[in-house]
Amino acid sequence: METTYREAMRTAIREALLQDDRVFLMGEDVGAYGGCFAVSLGLFEEFGPERIRDTPLSESAFVGAGIGAALNGMRPIVEIMTVNFSLLALDQIVNNAATLLHMSGGQFNVPLVIRTTTGAGRQLGAQHSHSLEGWFAHVPGLRILTPATVEDARGMLWTALEDPDPVLIFEHGSLYNLSSELAEDAGPVDIHAAAVRREGGDVSLITYGGTLPLTLEAADRLAAEGIEAEVLDLRTLRPLDDAAILATVVKTHRAVVVDEGWRSGSLSAEISARITESAFYELDAPVGRVCSAEVPIPYARDLELAALPSAERVVAAARQAVGGGG
Amino acid sequence: MVGEFRMPSLGADMERGTLVEWLVTPGDHVRRGDVMATVDTEKTVMDVESFEDGVIAELLAAPGETLTVGTPMARITPTPASVMAPPATAPVSTPVPEAEVEPEQTTPSPGARVPSATPPVRRLARGLGLDLTRITGTGKAGHVTRADVERAAAEQRTDAGAVRSVRVSPRARRLAGELGVDEANVAGTGPHGAVTGGDILRAAKGNEPTGAEGRPGAQNGPGPTPGPADPGQRATGLRRRIGTLMSRSKKTIPHYYLGTTIDLQAALTWMHAVNAQRPVSTRLVPAALLLKASALAARQVPELNGFYTEARFRPSPVVHLGVAVALREGGLVAPAIHAADTLTVDQMMERLRDVVTRARTGHLRRAEIADPTLTVTALGELGVDTVYGVIYPPQVALVGFGRVRERPWAQDGMLTVHQAVNATLSADHRVSDGLRGGRFLDLINDVLQRPEEL
Repeated sequence: METTYREAMRTAIREALLQDDRVFLMGEDVGAYGGCFAVSLGLFEEFGPERIRDTPLSESAFVGAGIGAALNGMRPIVEIMTVNFSLLALDQIVNNAATLLHMSGGQFNVPLVIRTTTGAGRQLGAQHSHSLEGWFAHVPGLRILTPATVEDARGMLWTALEDPDPVLIFEHGSLYNLSSELAEDAGPVDIHAAAVRREGGDVSLITYGGTLPLTLEAADRLAAEGIEAEVLDLRTLRPLDDAAILATVVKTHRAVVVDEGWRSGSLSAEISARITESAFYELDAPVGRVCSAEVPIPYARDLELAALPSAERVVAAARQAVGGGG
Repeated sequence: MVGEFRMPSLGADMERGTLVEWLVTPGDHVRRGDVMATVDTEKTVMDVESFEDGVIAELLAAPGETLTVGTPMARITPTPASVMAPPATAPVSTPVPEAEVEPEQTTPSPGARVPSATPPVRRLARGLGLDLTRITGTGKAGHVTRADVERAAAEQRTDAGAVRSVRVSPRARRLAGELGVDEANVAGTGPHGAVTGGDILRAAKGNEPTGAEGRPGAQNGPGPTPGPADPGQRATGLRRRIGTLMSRSKKTIPHYYLGTTIDLQAALTWMHAVNAQRPVSTRLVPAALLLKASALAARQVPELNGFYTEARFRPSPVVHLGVAVALREGGLVAPAIHAADTLTVDQMMERLRDVVTRARTGHLRRAEIADPTLTVTALGELGVDTVYGVIYPPQVALVGFGRVRERPWAQDGMLTVHQAVNATLSADHRVSDGLRGGRFLDLINDVLQRPEEL
C-alpha cells in the first residue's frame, strides 16, 4: 500500500489512541485545524476534544502539563509544532522530564512522548529552520528518535509510548510527503538499533532523519562511479547504536557523517569522535563530515540550498575519503 | 649556482654504473651524506650518498640507465636558507625547516624583474630562502610588503609539507606492522595519496618474498640495461624489508636468550643407521631431526608458538614451523612447514627438501610466508657454533641450532667425543620467561635422546 510519511504517522497516532485509553494527543492546532503539518487531520473528529487537545501557545505550559499527566499514569503524546519552539519548553524537557526518575531515586518514570518537526529546506527563515535534535541527544534521561522512512514513521510511536521514560521524536519537515510502499500489517518497530539502508564496501555514509534521502541519492551516484557506499541510518540518536557504527566502519574503513546540524559541537562530531575512539586502527581516511554551513539558515532559496547538506557534497566527501579526488 | 650529483666512482676499477633506483624525488631536501640512489657497479649494488646539502631540482637519469663515472645524474639546488638564515628574522614561532624550501624559490629566475621592496623585507625574504621575483606584491605599484613575504613563506611550508610527508592511514600502519611491510615503500591510493590498508595488503601479497626475489636462474638476458626484475634490485628490496622487519623486532620485542649444548650422538647414530638402508634421495639430514624435536617441544610450551598482535599474545593451536633459508644472492626467507608437530621425520625431511628448493628457486606460496608460528634457523654442518636469532614479528620466539660437530664430551666421569650442537632460544619476554624457555630447550634435548620415538 503506497503511503506517505504523514499518513503513516497519523495511522500510528490513531492506532495508539485506539489501543490504549491513557494515550492522548495535545499541542498547538492539533485539534480543529488538524495539525500544522496535517498529521492529526481527522483525529479530532474521530476522538473528540478530550483526547485531541488544542493548547494555548505556551510550550512550557503544555509540555509541563504532559509531564504531569505522564507522572499520573497517562501516556501523553505532546506535539511541539517545530523544534524551533521547543526552546521555550527546554526547562520542562531538560530539567523535569529528563531528571525526575533520577531525582526521585527511581520512583517516578515520565512516560511522555514528544513529537516535533525539525529541519530546514522549506524557506521558513532562520528561526524556523533549526536542526536541534543533536542538542537533545546530549541530555541523559531522554531517548531521541529520528524516523527517516515511512516504516519508521508508522512504527516508532507505539514503541516510544511503551518506553517508561521520555522519548522525543523528530520528524524532518521535508519527509512528510515522502511516499513509499508500506506493508498492510506494518506495525511497531524497534527503537534501539541503527539500520543499514544500503550495503556497500567502500565507504560508510552515516546519517539520520531528513538527510537520509539525499544520502541514498549520493550513494546511487557514487555507485555509478564505481564507489559502493554503505548507508547507515542511525534512527536513534540517543542512545547511539555504537555497535552498528563500529561494524560499518570496520567493513569499509572510511566514514562520512551527514548531519543537517551545524558542525561545531554537533552530533556528527560525537559520531566522528566515537569512530576514532573505537575504530581508529580500522580507518583508512579521516572521518569526513557534511553539515550545514555555520550561519543562521538563509531565507533566500539559493542561499538556503547552499547552506544545507546536498547529495553533491556527500558525493564529494565520499570521493575524498576513498582518495578519488574531489 | 646548481650542484650536480654525478655517477660516483665506487672502486678504483669502476668505469660505469647502472642506476638501480632513485631514493629521492624532485623537491626533496638532502643533506650531505643522505642516500640518494642505489647503483649497480657490476660487482655489487651500493647506496650512493649526496656530497652536498640542497634540494633535488631534477633527476637526469632513469633507473636502468648505465652511466660512465662522472656523468651528472641529478641537479641539486643549494639552499640559501641553510647558510644565511639569521634566526632573529624568522617571523613565525615555528622556524621554516630547511627541508621544506623548494628549489624554484631559492634562485632568482634569470631575467626576471626584481620588484621593489624595502631592505628589511629583502633581508627577510633572503633569510627565508624566498625569491622576491616570485612573490606577488600587494603594496603600491607591486611593492612587496613584509606581509607578502610572510604569506609566501607560509604557502611554501604548506606545499612542501604536502609533498614530503608520507601519509599512512591508521589501519595501514597497523597492517604494515602486522605484515612486516615497510609502508614507506608503498604507493598510496587514499586521500591525498595516503597509504591505505588495501595498499598494504596488496603490497604484502605482491611481496611473495622469494617469488620475487629468489630466482637466480630468472635473470634477464645479457645487456647493459637491467629491467625492473633485476636481481640486484630485488636483493636490495629484500634487504630493505629484512632491515625494516628486524628493526621493528629489536625495537619492540624484549628479547631474552638461552642456550644449551645438546648431545646428538644417539640421534645421529640412529639417523646414520636409517640412512644406511636408504637411497640417497630419501636420506635424512640432522636438520630434519632438529626441526621435528623443536615442533614437538613447541607443542608443549605454547608461550613460544603464536603471534603477538594488538598488544596481546595469541597462542597457535598448531605448530607451523618457519625454516630460515639463506638465498644465494643474500638475504633469507623463512617459509613455513605447516603442522610440523604432526609430521613424521620422513615427512619432515620431504617437506624440508621441498620448501628449501622452492625458496631458492622462488616458488613459495603466500601462506608459507605468512603462516610460521615459530621459526628455526639451523646452520647444519657449516657456519658457527652458536646462533643468536632475532625474532620475526609477530612471532614470539626463534630457535637457533649452530654447527653440528664433534666435541669433547664429559659423561659419567669419562671424556669421549660426541656429535653435539649448541641450541639457542631467542624469546619474547612479554610472553614467556626464562623458566619456560629453558623447559623448551630441555624438551628438545629429551626428544633427541630418544630418536627412535621421533
